Amino acid sequence: MQDVVIETRKLTKIYKRDEFEVVALKEADFTLRRGDFVALMGPSGSGKSTLLHLAAAMDKPTSGSIRVLGEDIAALRDREIAAWRNRHVGFVFQSFNLIPVLTAHENVELPLKLMRMTRQQREEHSRTALELVGLGDRVGHFPRQLSGGQEQRVAIARAIVTDPDLILADEPTGNLDANSAQEVLTLLRRLNEEFGKTVVIVTHDPHAARFARGIRYIEKGELLPEGATPEDWTPATPFAVTTPGNPKSSAQA
Amino acid sequence: MKIPLSYSIRNLAVRRTTTLMTALGIAATVAVLLAVMALAEGLRSAFAATGHPLHVLVTRKGSDSELSSNFERRVFQDLLYKPGIASGSNGQPLASLEMVTVINLPAADNPDGVNVTLRGVGPAGIEMRDLAMPQGRWFESGKREAVVGKSILARFPTAQVGDTLRFGKGEWQIVGVMDGGRSAVNSEVFVDLNQAASDFDRSSVLSSALLRASDELARNALINDLETDQRLNVAARTERDYYASQMVASAPIQFLGTFVAIIMAIGSSFACMNTMYAAVARRSKEIGTLRVLGFSQWSILTAFFLESLALAAIGGLLGIVLVLPLSNVSTAIGSFVSFSEVSFNLSVTPSVMITGLIFALVMGVLGGLLPARMAARKEILNALRDI
Repeated sequence: MQDVVIETRKLTKIYKRDEFEVVALKEADFTLRRGDFVALMGPSGSGKSTLLHLAAAMDKPTSGSIRVLGEDIAALRDREIAAWRNRHVGFVFQSFNLIPVLTAHENVELPLKLMRMTRQQREEHSRTALELVGLGDRVGHFPRQLSGGQEQRVAIARAIVTDPDLILADEPTGNLDANSAQEVLTLLRRLNEEFGKTVVIVTHDPHAARFARGIRYIEKGELLPEGATPEDWTPATPFAVTTPGNPKSSAQA
Repeated sequence: MKIPLSYSIRNLAVRRTTTLMTALGIAATVAVLLAVMALAEGLRSAFAATGHPLHVLVTRKGSDSELSSNFERRVFQDLLYKPGIASGSNGQPLASLEMVTVINLPAADNPDGVNVTLRGVGPAGIEMRDLAMPQGRWFESGKREAVVGKSILARFPTAQVGDTLRFGKGEWQIVGVMDGGRSAVNSEVFVDLNQAASDFDRSSVLSSALLRASDELARNALINDLETDQRLNVAARTERDYYASQMVASAPIQFLGTFVAIIMAIGSSFACMNTMYAAVARRSKEIGTLRVLGFSQWSILTAFFLESLALAAIGGLLGIVLVLPLSNVSTAIGSFVSFSEVSFNLSVTPSVMITGLIFALVMGVLGGLLPARMAARKEILNALRDI
């Protein structure tokens, strides 16, 4: 068992937009240990989602290294990445991203289709996951028949049904009212405490961040050192837009 | 196939209006093709039912049809003694000298008259053809009497039993109706050979001879013998081959129909492609999500490709349903669709239906491949950002 779940060294992501280059993440050194629950905070466009996407191998770094669960994910090919992600990472989206034509059960069961499992096993796993998020009585409902909070809980069930080591959540409460947000965050906390899942959430809501065990701040593409807050941070270099004369271009959210 | 098929099918159901419109376009295309094929199939089966496998049709060399063949009576006398000809009930060789010409009859849908084949035959000609007689009797030798095929009865109001027809040198009374199953004989009028020959001044120059060989081997030898006999100067082939060659009559319609169907198919493929491109664009976020869940590009491609195929299959089945009445109605009420002077049923056979379905699926393949490829090639992050 790997003790370090995510380890990045000088991880950099530069987006090219037409002739402009935007530095979304600059030389980030980030270490996440098994059992951690970390909130990545920062304003829009600070690069927090970029870090999350790189960790989920949804994007490739421009330079630097990233190892997740001991795997050099930047070196994997599409098919390998897909299989790796299916097995090791559960991803939760801000806007839930359930498949509208599939029921709650079918949505949760979807990742299991990629595994060697009988139909019965799939159904058991799916039911267990839905019961865990408190929606055991909603298995046959379509997403449009559920509330936002319920949809997000189905999405979490889908993220955990393969029993992944790492759960990544991108603004999981961004589209929810306060009560639903509370439920979702409590659920994530429980997954961390009771089931030992390693969790990273991206948020700009300080209330949401308080559910995590630790907070890391990202400002203008720079990951602040552990324990540092934006107040005691001064940028090492001016925020980088390498092509001069375009003050309006902003980094990728 | 890892993404469940229900995903593809339900997405078709969700946008049912678009699905139905696209499917209808494909259905119309398939219907055009199937109508043409049903026509060809019907004609083919009518002609195929006409020929007896052991019959050899002899015409003058260089004539493509009985109508244009000048066949001399003395040549027929020489034919009779060729080896391999079967004997009839009276011990005589089963060989029929025949005269074929065209007469004009006013039809129900065409009062100006339609060409109908008139065939002068002797007793051997009647014996050789397996004909039922649902009404009346056969003509008597040396009389101006005629027997009409059952399709003639249906199409020509003035050609019923008891009616008289005017052609040749006088009036001919219709004394019976013959039924040749599905064969082309149903569209012909039979009269006594000698009476017809004298009426049309063709007592020594007639049209053709029909011979029955004793078996298949003898038939082939007979054909070879006749073809190579320089003295006779005749062309010989099996009756089946002769009627099959008459299929060229339907070639222009088949060509035109197929041409129209292909043009429509190109249009329908683009309609299908358009629908699928729209689906890919609208479901961009879903595609991104599926990728994040661990589905490969190949799974995405397969899912969208299958959706396109399912769409096309719906169109194909609708198209088959559209043409089915063509087959049913004509058999049920006995209304024949006439093609030149041969009547036959449009025939939507299972093989015609399968061809239609395959044709539809080809449209699905052409229309689905590019959109499915586009879906598979989307970058995950770009796909997730699109709304």
